[in-house]
Amino acid sequence: MKTIYFDNNATTKMAEEVLEQMKPLFCELYGNPSSMHTFGGQIGIRIRQAREQVASLLGCEPSEIIFTSGGTESDNAAIKGALAAQPHRRKIITTRVEHPAVLTVCRELESHGYAVVELGVDKYGRLDLAELEEQIDDDTALVTIMYANNETGVMFPIDKITELTADRGVVFHTDGVQVVGKIPLNLARSNIDLLSLSGHKLHGPKGVGVLYVRKGTRMSPFIVGGHQEAGRRAGTENVPSIVGLGKACELAAGNIKQENDKVKYLRDKLEKAILEKCPDSMLNGDKENRLPNTANISFEYIEGEAILLMLDKYGICASSGSACTSGSLEPSHVLRAMGVPFTAAHGSIRFSLSRYNTEEEVDYTIEKMPPIVNHLRELSPFVAK
Amino acid sequence: MWEYTDKLKEHFFNPRNVGEIKHPDGVGEVGSLACGDALRLTFKLDESGRIKDAKFKTFGCASAIATSSVLTEMIKGLTLDEAAEVTNKDIADYLGGLPEQKMHCSVMGREALEAAIENYKGGGKKKHELHGNVVCTCFGVTDKEIERVIHENNLTTVDEVTNYCKAGGGCGGCRGEIEKIVEKIQGDKVKEIPVTVPRRAGKLTNIHKIQLIQQTINEQIRPALRTHGGNIELIDVEGNKVVVAFRGMCAQCRLTEFTMKDVVEAKLKEFVSDELFVEEDKDSAQQSHNHRE
Repeated sequence: MKTIYFDNNATTKMAEEVLEQMKPLFCELYGNPSSMHTFGGQIGIRIRQAREQVASLLGCEPSEIIFTSGGTESDNAAIKGALAAQPHRRKIITTRVEHPAVLTVCRELESHGYAVVELGVDKYGRLDLAELEEQIDDDTALVTIMYANNETGVMFPIDKITELTADRGVVFHTDGVQVVGKIPLNLARSNIDLLSLSGHKLHGPKGVGVLYVRKGTRMSPFIVGGHQEAGRRAGTENVPSIVGLGKACELAAGNIKQENDKVKYLRDKLEKAILEKCPDSMLNGDKENRLPNTANISFEYIEGEAILLMLDKYGICASSGSACTSGSLEPSHVLRAMGVPFTAAHGSIRFSLSRYNTEEEVDYTIEKMPPIVNHLRELSPFVAK
Repeated sequence: MWEYTDKLKEHFFNPRNVGEIKHPDGVGEVGSLACGDALRLTFKLDESGRIKDAKFKTFGCASAIATSSVLTEMIKGLTLDEAAEVTNKDIADYLGGLPEQKMHCSVMGREALEAAIENYKGGGKKKHELHGNVVCTCFGVTDKEIERVIHENNLTTVDEVTNYCKAGGGCGGCRGEIEKIVEKIQGDKVKEIPVTVPRRAGKLTNIHKIQLIQQTINEQIRPALRTHGGNIELIDVEGNKVVVAFRGMCAQCRLTEFTMKDVVEAKLKEFVSDELFVEEDKDSAQQSHNHRE
C-alpha cells in the first residue's frame, strides 16, 4: 500500500539531495572541525557553507546562526539564555497556544519565581495586540510568541508584534519551526531577536536545529563545555546533520514561492472538498492568516482517533487534536484555548502537506474521507438517523 | 501509536450489532461528547428472560468502539443476573487486552450494561443515575465508581485509577482524594510499597515557612491550574493564615474553584505544616479571566 503523507507538521521526508550531501561525512570525512590537521580542518569549511545556506534562507548574517540539536533545544536556549542575560527583569509574556517546547519551559520558569503571562486567543486563534501592549512593562525580560501554530497553521502578525517589543526594548523570541521554508523570511529587516528552527520540519535531518540570535542580543549560553559555535553552544558539531540542514535550507530557498503556491493549491482543494462533502465539518483557525500547507478540520459527533485509524487503513497519515491520540484525557490545548467546543475538538483532524504531495493523493483522500465520516457517524449515538 | 490487538482492530473495522433496538427492554447511556466518549446500549429479552439481542451506538476512539462491539456479543444469551456479573476486566480480556490508558473504555462498556439493566428493572423509565458523591468534577466520577474500579481491577495508584475511569485526568484537583480512596481500600497492599512520609521541616522560621509555602504552590498546585488556564498567587502569610488569590479560571472549571481552597490547604498541610489554613483574597477575587471567550 502506498503511503500518503499528510503529517508534515509532525515531521517531513528528508530530501534525497540532503542525504547525498550527508553520506560522505560519516565514514570518509569524519574528522573533527576543531582539529589542527587538514583532515579535520577541512570539515570546518562544510559547516561554514551550511551556516551560509541557513543564513541565506533566513535573510541574516552567518554569524547570527547557532546550530543546536533541534527546535526544542533552540527554544530552551533562547528563553533561558535571554533571561539569564538580564537577571533584573522577571516577567515573560507568551501565549496559551505555544508548542510545549516553549510553554513548558515558561511554566517551569514560573515555578522558579518568574511572572509568566499567557495571552489568550480568540475563536480564530488570533491574539489581541492591545492586550500584549498592555502587558509589556519595565519588568518584562522576554516576549516569546510562535510564528505559526503547528496545529492550526494560524500565523501571528510578527511584524506588528515586534514593533511593540522593539519600541519597549524587550527581547523577542519566536518559535519559527513551522514557518521556515514555507514563508519567505528576511530577518535582517525584521525586529525579531531570536528565532528557533528545526531541521526535520523542512526536509532536513532530525536531531539538528538552529537558533538565530540577532547581532547585539545579549544571551547566556545554554550548554557550556566547549568553544564551538563561538562559545554559544558547546559540543562537537553534529557535522552530517548540520551539512544536511544547510542543504535543506538551500533547497527550500530555491523555489519557496513556486512550491508553496503548489502546496497551497493542494491544501485548498483538499480542504474545500472535505468541508463540502462532509456535513457538520468546520475549519479551525484563521482562514486568511495561515500557513499554506495546514488544514485543521473538525468533524462533529465523531472522534479523531477513530478517524485516523480509518484513514490509516488507506495509507493516509494525518494527526488529531483529540484526547485519545495523546494518551491524555483532554483534547488539544490549542483548540481549547480557541474555545473550540469539546464536541468539535475531539473530532479534529490536521492535514499538513509538503512539496512531495501530489494531486492524485489529494483526490484519493477526498474520495475516502466522506465514507469514513459517514461510517463513524452511523456508530455515533449523537447522530439521529 | 497505540498497540491494539488484532481482535480489537477487527472489531473496530467491522463492528457487530451497530444501531438501536426498536422498543428495547433496557437502555443504558453513559459518557458525553465533552468527555470524548459515549455509549448507548439497548437490549431485548426473550421469553425466558435471556438477552436476545443487543445493539450499541458509540462515540469515541477505536478502543471505545471495539469494546462496545464485543460487549454486545458477550451479553447475548445471558440472563440479566449473568450479565450483571460481567466486569470491565472480562471485556478487556475478551479483546486480548487493552492499552493501560484505554482501560476506561472497558469500564464505560460495563457501566452502560449496568445502566441498561437498571433501566429495565425500573420499568424502562429509570435513567442512569450517579451513585455516591462526585469526586472528579471534570469527568463526573463518583467515589462509588472509583471504589469499584479499584476493587475489580486491584488498582493501587492514582494513575491507574485515572486510566480506568478518567477520574483525576482533568485538572488534577481531586488526585489527593482519589489517593485517600486507594489507601482506604488497598491499605494493606499500599503499605507493602514504601510510602513516603511527608518530609516536613522541624521548627520553621518565618522566612523558611514562606519559602516552603511558595515552593509548594509552585510545584504542587499551580501546574494543575495552569492546564485549565487558571493560576494561583500567594498574597500574604500572617502567622498560620495563608492568603492566596485564584486567577483566570475558565467557566468550565467553576465547579473546581469551590474546592480549590481545600485542595490548596491540604497540600500546604502535607508539605509545610499541619497548622496552616487558607483564605482567599477577597480584593483580587474579582479580577477578570485571562482568556477571552
